[in-house]
Amino acid sequence: MNEIILTPKEQPSVPLELLNVNPDTVAGKSIDEIRQIKIAHGNTEVELSEFFNVKGESSENPSEIRIVIDGDVYNTKRIGYGMQSGEILVKGNASMYVGTEMKGGKIVVEGNVGSWAGRDMEGGELIIMGNAGDYVGSAYRGDWRGMSGGKITVHGNAGNEIGEYMLGGKIEVKGNATTLAGIHMNGGVLVIHGDATTRVGGEMMNGTIIVKGRIDEFLPGFKYHGIEKNIEIDGEVIDSSFYKFEGDFAVKGCGGIVYANASKNGHIVP
Amino acid sequence: MELVKDVPCPFCGTLCDDIIVKVEDNEIIGTINACRIGHSKFMDHKSATRYTKPLIRKNGSLVEVDMDEAIDKTAEILANSKRPLLFGWSSTECEAMGIGVNLAEELKGVIDNTATVCHGPSLLAVQDTGYPVSTLGEVKNRADVVIYWGCNPFHAHPRHIGRHVFSRGFFRNRGRSDRTVIVVDPRKSDTAKLADIHLQVDSGRDYELLDALRSVMNGHEIPYETVAGIPRDTIYQAVDILGKAQFGILFFGMGITMTAGKNRNIDAGICTIQELNQFAKYTLIPMRGHYNVNGFNQVCTWQTGYPFCVDFATGYPRYNPGESGSNDLLQNKEADSMMVVGSDPGAHFPQKALERMAEIPVIAIEPHRTPTTELADIIIPPAFVGVETEGTAYRMDSIPIRMKKLVETDLLSDKEIMEKILERTKEFIASK
Repeated sequence: MNEIILTPKEQPSVPLELLNVNPDTVAGKSIDEIRQIKIAHGNTEVELSEFFNVKGESSENPSEIRIVIDGDVYNTKRIGYGMQSGEILVKGNASMYVGTEMKGGKIVVEGNVGSWAGRDMEGGELIIMGNAGDYVGSAYRGDWRGMSGGKITVHGNAGNEIGEYMLGGKIEVKGNATTLAGIHMNGGVLVIHGDATTRVGGEMMNGTIIVKGRIDEFLPGFKYHGIEKNIEIDGEVIDSSFYKFEGDFAVKGCGGIVYANASKNGHIVP
Repeated sequence: MELVKDVPCPFCGTLCDDIIVKVEDNEIIGTINACRIGHSKFMDHKSATRYTKPLIRKNGSLVEVDMDEAIDKTAEILANSKRPLLFGWSSTECEAMGIGVNLAEELKGVIDNTATVCHGPSLLAVQDTGYPVSTLGEVKNRADVVIYWGCNPFHAHPRHIGRHVFSRGFFRNRGRSDRTVIVVDPRKSDTAKLADIHLQVDSGRDYELLDALRSVMNGHEIPYETVAGIPRDTIYQAVDILGKAQFGILFFGMGITMTAGKNRNIDAGICTIQELNQFAKYTLIPMRGHYNVNGFNQVCTWQTGYPFCVDFATGYPRYNPGESGSNDLLQNKEADSMMVVGSDPGAHFPQKALERMAEIPVIAIEPHRTPTTELADIIIPPAFVGVETEGTAYRMDSIPIRMKKLVETDLLSDKEIMEKILERTKEFIASK
């Protein structure tokens, strides 16, 4: 694996956009050429080297490239946009749209990320060690087709409307999620290890949501199907007792499933 | 004294067009038919706090300057910004808005309107689920079930109920007695007091109630005894009444667009209306606030494809409320200059956004002294649309209405000011 190391100089108050800095777009370029890649800074374009020191070694083959952002890029958006192969490692926080429209490869962010991480993701793996904002694995505004493949893991907490219009793939949140998790979900698997407050699976048509923590209040549009033990999802057995719900009957033809941990959710059983 | 008839009122989105204004010696001396707020709009256009000359803040205090200097300085600030924000627009004419969108494109800036803190979530939901609308005329002539959800027109749109619910219509010739009025509101508001049925939903739990209504319409039994504070049996009865209507209308306001769930509440609301159409004719109309807030969404959509929060940074329009909204840009400290036209964010934005407004250059195109002009570095006073100058405005049901000019003024209109700023900005950008 050849590493290209981008060390941030400073984060300006008007955000940067690394729309075209991923292993696929830098493959075959020399380090000097990478320094000259144009990135967006507000309504202007600047060279990458204006805000990042660039060193390391590139490769002809994008799957052999790992881009390491060696520092905090809390005001840099669209890291790994449309990425197809290779790896990106961010050793700090990142702003909105990490891994948006990602098709392959792997992104690891050691800190927190802003909203729309993994929006419209089709494949690959996105790992966030800290917290994520709203709309993890969601759809573009107005679209009814969200994340369709790949895997997103958030080790911290996630915000509102995660998995919005999700079609496929898997999202795993190790911490808590706030309201409207799995809203309009049409497929795929959403696992929340912590609590999920309210409106879990609102208007969901299909797919599976597993909440291992507490759901404060459940929607009236779901039908209760009793207790299920040791459920199997994607070939993995989850060793616990769950209340099984089907819905959301607010939507015609629905067949979504929500499993809520039986030891914490007695209050939502009718 | 001259009586000017059929004057549209430049206050709320009801855009009443039956006002009679009494004019004498180029002064408005009274109105007939207007509500108290509309009346004061006509009467106070020349109040003591009205600006008549352009002002620029020099050494901390506002100094009178000529129009050329104010336009020059405005264009210079905007042209030198990396992320200029053009905000407001809801209390001006569509023609000025159109030039504003051109200016945003020229500047590669962001243009947004007051919907961002009002019916923006409705616009998002409309994109997700559709927009089954009718006109207010259809409501008056046909509606036999009227739902007001999360709004209090008795105070915010004072003549709305009188003009469309109490009034007699072609198929509702007894007026109010031919209609069932349902109000959904956590408070016993004055509108709720006029209702036949008041569903006193728990605050911020409209989504749960809508979910229950839709599920029941789809033949599902509600598993819980109460939903959002409403007993299960009441929800069944409500669905029964809704289903027996001939023509139903849902009016909705801030109480549902700006409470927990925001666009998802409206998404569920629109779907409820769509599903009610399997039983009866149902439509909806958002209770728009400013008289021409809808006009901006119309203009912006036909020029850019998006209704608000449009970001031209890359040269083509991008759109994502949550990133490109005024509050997002101000609170994230992205915006480095701001022009405010026809609105007062100084009075309505959260503290954190105002802190950013205090840090960056702010230009206010504004007739009166407001909290925004207190934060402004440049103030350019325009003629008052609907009183001193004419222009086009869109009513809440998207019907365009021509605003009238009632009295003469020396001031330039918003449109003329925008034209001058656009022209000067182009020169600045060309010289860079």
